[in-house]
Amino acid sequence: MSLLKEPDLGTPAKAGLATVTIEVDGLPVTVPEGTSVMRAAALSGIEIPKLCATDSLEAFGSCRLCLVEIEGRRGTPASCTTPVAEGMKVRTQSPKLAKLRQGVMELYISDHPLDCLTCSANGDCELQDMAGVVGLRQVRYGYSGANHLAEPTDTSNPYFQFEASKCIACSRCVRACGEIQGTFALTIEGRGFNSKVSAGGTDFMSSECVSCGACVQACPTATLQEKSVVQLGMPTRSVITTCAYCGVGCSFKAELRGTELVRMVPYKDGGANEGHSCVKGRFAFGYATHPDRVLTPMIRESITDEWRQVDWETAITYTARRLREIQARYGVGAIGGITSSRTTNEEVYVVQKMIRAAFGNNNVDTCARVCHSPTGYGLKQTFGTSAGTQDFRSVAKADVIMVIGANPTDGHPVFASRMKRRIREGAKLIVIDPRRIDLVRSPHIEATHHLQLAPGTNVAVINAMAHVVLTEGLVARDFVAERCEGFEEWAEFIARPENSPEAVEELTGVPAEELRAAARLYATGGNAAIYYGLGVTEHSQGSTMVMGMANLAMATGNIGREGVGVNPLRGQNNVQGSCDMGSFPHELPGYRHISDDVVRGTFEEMWGREIQSEPGLRIPNMFDAALEGSFRALYVQGEDIAQSDPNTSHVTAALRAMELVVVQDLFLNETARFAHVFLPGTSFLEKDGTFTNAERRINRVRPVMPPRTGKHEWQIACEIAEAMGYPMRYAHPSEIMDEIAALTPTFAGVSFEKLDKLGSVQWPCNAAAPEGTPIMHVDGFVRGKGKFVLTPFVPTRERSTRKFPLILTTGRILTQYNVGAQTRRTANVAWHPEDVLEIHPHDAEVRGISDGDEVVLSSRVGQTSLRAVLSDRMPVGVVYTTFHHPVTGANVVTTENSDWATNCPEYKVTAVQVGLKNPPGRQAATRAEELLPAMAD
Amino acid sequence: MGAELRMEPRTETRTESHGGISPQIRMANEIAVQFHHQPPEEAAAAIAAHIRAFWEPRMRAELLRRAEAEPQALDPLALAAARLLRG
Repeated sequence: MSLLKEPDLGTPAKAGLATVTIEVDGLPVTVPEGTSVMRAAALSGIEIPKLCATDSLEAFGSCRLCLVEIEGRRGTPASCTTPVAEGMKVRTQSPKLAKLRQGVMELYISDHPLDCLTCSANGDCELQDMAGVVGLRQVRYGYSGANHLAEPTDTSNPYFQFEASKCIACSRCVRACGEIQGTFALTIEGRGFNSKVSAGGTDFMSSECVSCGACVQACPTATLQEKSVVQLGMPTRSVITTCAYCGVGCSFKAELRGTELVRMVPYKDGGANEGHSCVKGRFAFGYATHPDRVLTPMIRESITDEWRQVDWETAITYTARRLREIQARYGVGAIGGITSSRTTNEEVYVVQKMIRAAFGNNNVDTCARVCHSPTGYGLKQTFGTSAGTQDFRSVAKADVIMVIGANPTDGHPVFASRMKRRIREGAKLIVIDPRRIDLVRSPHIEATHHLQLAPGTNVAVINAMAHVVLTEGLVARDFVAERCEGFEEWAEFIARPENSPEAVEELTGVPAEELRAAARLYATGGNAAIYYGLGVTEHSQGSTMVMGMANLAMATGNIGREGVGVNPLRGQNNVQGSCDMGSFPHELPGYRHISDDVVRGTFEEMWGREIQSEPGLRIPNMFDAALEGSFRALYVQGEDIAQSDPNTSHVTAALRAMELVVVQDLFLNETARFAHVFLPGTSFLEKDGTFTNAERRINRVRPVMPPRTGKHEWQIACEIAEAMGYPMRYAHPSEIMDEIAALTPTFAGVSFEKLDKLGSVQWPCNAAAPEGTPIMHVDGFVRGKGKFVLTPFVPTRERSTRKFPLILTTGRILTQYNVGAQTRRTANVAWHPEDVLEIHPHDAEVRGISDGDEVVLSSRVGQTSLRAVLSDRMPVGVVYTTFHHPVTGANVVTTENSDWATNCPEYKVTAVQVGLKNPPGRQAATRAEELLPAMAD
Repeated sequence: MGAELRMEPRTETRTESHGGISPQIRMANEIAVQFHHQPPEEAAAAIAAHIRAFWEPRMRAELLRRAEAEPQALDPLALAAARLLRG
């Protein structure tokens, strides 16, 4: 495949039914009203020269290269800023236009280095192209006058450089930073000849730049260029694939020279990202070739032994034999496995099939257990399906956006950019979060309401909002009457005085009037959409909260059309897919309960094996059973449970108690310390399959290079199954998808062929929706009627005490991903070299802690030490950290508390104490206790 | 490029996490408290249905054993649910 250059129509598309017909150089073209002349010309096949215009940005009209003549109009207007008008006759070429354009180009080139042959953008430079297009043959002004050729190059960013001498001040980078990314880190400083692009008066690394790459993408010259291109040269071929980081699931062009990946370029036709990217997907792919990658299988008898490299056959035979031996000794249910949300649907599917059919039990779970399992439970109970309701584009139609327990600018940055764009257009924003996340107030964004609730009080807040909606007569009665059930009982419950904003004000810390105002805005502000994250799910009432949000959306009629909905922002790239593929111990692919004889029968017929009808163990249940002695072997695919799961000592004790731990991963992660078999996995660049993102979009993951380990991950599972006596044979992953489609009604219409043709589809994709379903529950809920569920608030058992007076809540940061196994092996560590503890200045002061001090963070289950950063983002009494680095191991302090319905850990509420690690002359804890006011146990 | 990857952990753990309560008792009680708003019979049935749908058989067996051996450790609704599961 050659390098894929996507067409650039110059200005963005305009929506609308009304059309206008014009003539461009005698050719008629019909376009939507409001379209620019430049775009209309491009659509008719005529490219007008341009430099400052690109179709990802609004027209700017500064370069004066796109001038045209329009019959009946004076002068030579810029085609990018001139909208079409009925009957308009446009000339794009004339001697006068040619002269003007040559004049413009002469001016540009007179202040531009003439090093095209050695320039890193040679062959991919619009300035170079335009010089050719306009027929530039001379530069009459010479090069001896004042110029910018000696401007220094800013190399501070680890991934791209800013070569100021090549800048033509077209503003595309500045506009991309604002319009697309929404960060506004760049500006044009100075006037006239002194105009120059500036990262706010400092270098890029020290600026507000988030390294999303939008400016690099927009730059028409070599000014903003990937360092990899500077070092390696221009790529020569492209492979369209899908990012392996967060649940946004951005499409990228992997651009290579031979088999060497030069850069990842966001793909304009990608349904999830439409040409945008973040620092992780755009740049942080170096881990795939990091020297820490393990490429050869390894085994050892004991976790105290040294690893021994073996060939694949030995590793697979050993694994299968040991699994069978353990089953023979302890029973069929003594083994199990964990699927990975970082692998493809096809890989997940074969692992759960291996467990159900070859292991012969349902002890299969996935990392969604520790993140969005409450989403699966809550949305299935209320709406009938375990997934978000909207596509990402839907946010462009929202009038009110309510963000609950999510930090999209860090966790889901490409979607956050869409959201911020809509907010800049006028949508109102409500943020419900204990922490003042960036969205609350950032350039051109300000939340109308920030309900800064106490951790653990989500349900009380959502109930109070519903109370306001109900008692103030804001219920969408027609919608509820036609589409829902259980309303009357719910209404009686939610109207009770104990659910009023005033009643819960002291508990939640949210002023009643503010909460009432937010509820009114949500109910009456037009299309209202909820977006939420792990701040909703990772609580003892995570599932209750999901149902509470669903109740609120149904009560206000905010379901079933563009601009509304209840939308989980899912964490890992294929966490939606891993759940879809039957990774939960109680569900077969497509969220069908294992006890359903008919469904189970279809799988048994296809698989040729009897499947147990009882649910298997969830991840925490596996740990408990391991410590009790009945669970003896675990296969872990692409998940570092010893770092990511709560209460590390409990997890590692369980792992130590097992006779066999098999880890399949890219790296020797923390879990591998307790493993007996290591099976090397493949990075996303080597995979062939599909990922499903948070909007249910199934995207192709195409191999950029062959598996560096010599084996695809789906082949490993198949071979273990076969070695255990259950043949699982596929010639290609497309055959696995064909089997998934044959067994799973929501995937019935999905095939690699269709995905290659359409780009992507959103499930359900079947006979009723052959090209997929962007928005769910349009005419009715999947379960028939939407179900109101009673959601009484039950406080968590985790309380602050005299010994542990603060509440810790955890989260993630933009540049790092999950346990950091990938991002720590990239230059992203430049931004986040360590996990830190954010602590309110008041809480710090009473403990004698200064910014940058090393502190001890302790809970009833463990302690760690890390550096303190003073921050008033959290209220007094709440501290915050991330879990990206094993050296800090934040989950050493998180506890066994979990969501009542799903066992999703309560990461977001842990009672802790913080003290100086090395206080002058005394112990940290003692000093902290002395200084703190007494608090009730 | 890349940070240290094998620094010594700065962590310590304690053993008081579970407080001696069996996971099955703890989880059953956590489920039960979510159904306190319902009439007892309905609540017990709902709790039993939840446990039947989501708990692996050995967990259910352990709950029933615990319900027999230490009924006082269980929320009354969880105890009632356990009886339904036994039946």
